[in-house]
Amino acid sequence: MTHADLRAAFLDTLCNVAPDIDPATVEDDEHIQDDLGLDSMDVLNLVTALHEILGVDIPEADYPQIATPAQAVAYLAKRLG
Amino acid sequence: MTVDSNSPDPWKEARALIDAPGGSVNIAHEAVDRHVAQGHGATVAMLWLGKDGSRRPLSYGALSDASARMANVLTAHGLTKGDSVFALMGRVPDLYITALGTLKAGMVFTPLFSAFGPEPIQTRMEIGSANVLVTTAQLYRRKIAAWRDQIPSLKLVLILGDEAPEGCVALDPAMAAASPSFETVHTEPEDPALIHFTSGTTGKPKGAVHVHNAVVYHAFSGRHALDLTPGTIYWCTADPGWVTGTSYGIIAPLVNRVTMIVDEAEFDLDRWYATVQNEKVEVWYSAPTAIRMMMRSGAEAAAPYDFSSLRFLASVGEPLNPEAVIWSEKVFGQPFHDNWWQTETGGVMIANRPGMAVRPGSMGKPMPGIEAGIVEHTDAGLEPLGTGKVGELALRPGWPSMMRAYLHEQARYDKCFADGWYLSGDLAMRDADGYFWFVGRADDLIKTSGHLIGPFEVESALIEHPAVAEAGVIGIPDETAGEVVKAYVTLNPGYQPDATLEKELRGHARKKLGPAVAPREVIFRTTLPKTRSGKIMRRLLKARELGLPEGDISTLETDES
Repeated sequence: MTHADLRAAFLDTLCNVAPDIDPATVEDDEHIQDDLGLDSMDVLNLVTALHEILGVDIPEADYPQIATPAQAVAYLAKRLG
Repeated sequence: MTVDSNSPDPWKEARALIDAPGGSVNIAHEAVDRHVAQGHGATVAMLWLGKDGSRRPLSYGALSDASARMANVLTAHGLTKGDSVFALMGRVPDLYITALGTLKAGMVFTPLFSAFGPEPIQTRMEIGSANVLVTTAQLYRRKIAAWRDQIPSLKLVLILGDEAPEGCVALDPAMAAASPSFETVHTEPEDPALIHFTSGTTGKPKGAVHVHNAVVYHAFSGRHALDLTPGTIYWCTADPGWVTGTSYGIIAPLVNRVTMIVDEAEFDLDRWYATVQNEKVEVWYSAPTAIRMMMRSGAEAAAPYDFSSLRFLASVGEPLNPEAVIWSEKVFGQPFHDNWWQTETGGVMIANRPGMAVRPGSMGKPMPGIEAGIVEHTDAGLEPLGTGKVGELALRPGWPSMMRAYLHEQARYDKCFADGWYLSGDLAMRDADGYFWFVGRADDLIKTSGHLIGPFEVESALIEHPAVAEAGVIGIPDETAGEVVKAYVTLNPGYQPDATLEKELRGHARKKLGPAVAPREVIFRTTLPKTRSGKIMRRLLKARELGLPEGDISTLETDES
């Protein structure tokens, strides 16, 4: 998957967990909790959905590494690479 | 210390924990100013940990000065004793200063959860006739500005920082210009101090009114349920937007002159473990959802950390499962001690107390001075039940932190009491050794991540969407959150039940209600099960969802399809 594909997959998953977010307005450096308003249950659901879609199991200790779309894409690329 | 229930004044000894100069009781005086007067001004009252990694200690002296400035800012705007001050912000120092400054000025403090959407905020400010709102520019623009003019009681909006949107006042310059001395407004023990909102099964949320004298019980229960003693390093992870975060995240710790940790950030495994280790936390008060999140990552994730500073761990919000109690003892060297109380009770009522053998899965035994019973509703009134029987958990009223009213709702308040008991709405049983065990709610309220959610508020938001004709909302069991909110809806003609609409409805609800309250799942139905009077039978939706017996369905008129 290219970075663009990963970004699209991440945003799609994110906006399915939190459909109040408009994917077109999300900036790459926005924090999913502080800026986009996810709560900790949303984060768990996001991690579960990413696992289902991409097959990447994200341990709790790595959650800070998916805190922004930019970080998440880099993290997922590394894990899938 | 003892509480002699047979004495005409059972709380006399507990009152020795507070100062009450000249018979006046003011929470801010007891929490901060008296410690300063007694020479403890340099002691750290609050160690604030910012999201960005910053670390800011505030001494009792600094908190006293800042809250005096806040009281001066409020009075300079013409506000007076009894006026209503709402706070809507994250866990930043200004929140704590606002709470104490409001109480010092004799005004009534209401904290709101900052992750609430605009609707829960507006409803609560209307019911509470808010005179002042203290918030951030971002929250104001996103959640308040659009309907601010619809709250006629609102006289002042204070915005954190140096700049404020039109019609608002910037807090920082106002604080800088205000005097750091303020003579605490004389408040009587029974003067209102705090209003905490709690959800109802039907109708609007209820504003539970608490008085200044509640501080007697905050002091007492902080000491005896949580082992808070002067100098203790204490971390309550609850947000002051919920009652735990105010009673035990502001008042009880400060009254007991502890150093409290306040973390601005949300749950983050390594950050939490590092905080306990680095700040040498001694007493830790948290909630089952967070504890279960720690469990999910296993003992290995905790292994690198030193938890030897911990002396007492407690949990509240919903029953803590026995596995979590046992796990915590293994990992932290101390078990989490479950306790039970409600917004209405103002303080811990039933607890696995320090020094008591923890019974995993049980909420513990009644606190000294608290009489609890299990009762059954019969035609002849309430019947106390014996050991091992499931009934409604009830308490004998009279402790200092009991609510004094639901705002403007005398009838709903009166309904909470019968035959000399306060009825909790929780089903429980007492075992042969006097330990109490939670069984479930007697009503349709949903407990998710320790928060009580009223289905009516969620249903109301859903039916505001043009596609939705009817909505029924229930809680379904979840291994992490206890319960999660799930909605069943029927659609108006012309709308297709598909994934796009499901997502749209969840998005709509999140915008209106915020993530903590909005449903995590929406299910489409052609009809919902209803009684003859047209009431949606949430109980039946839930029984079917869980594959449980449907119980009495004699009132069912239209079934689900």
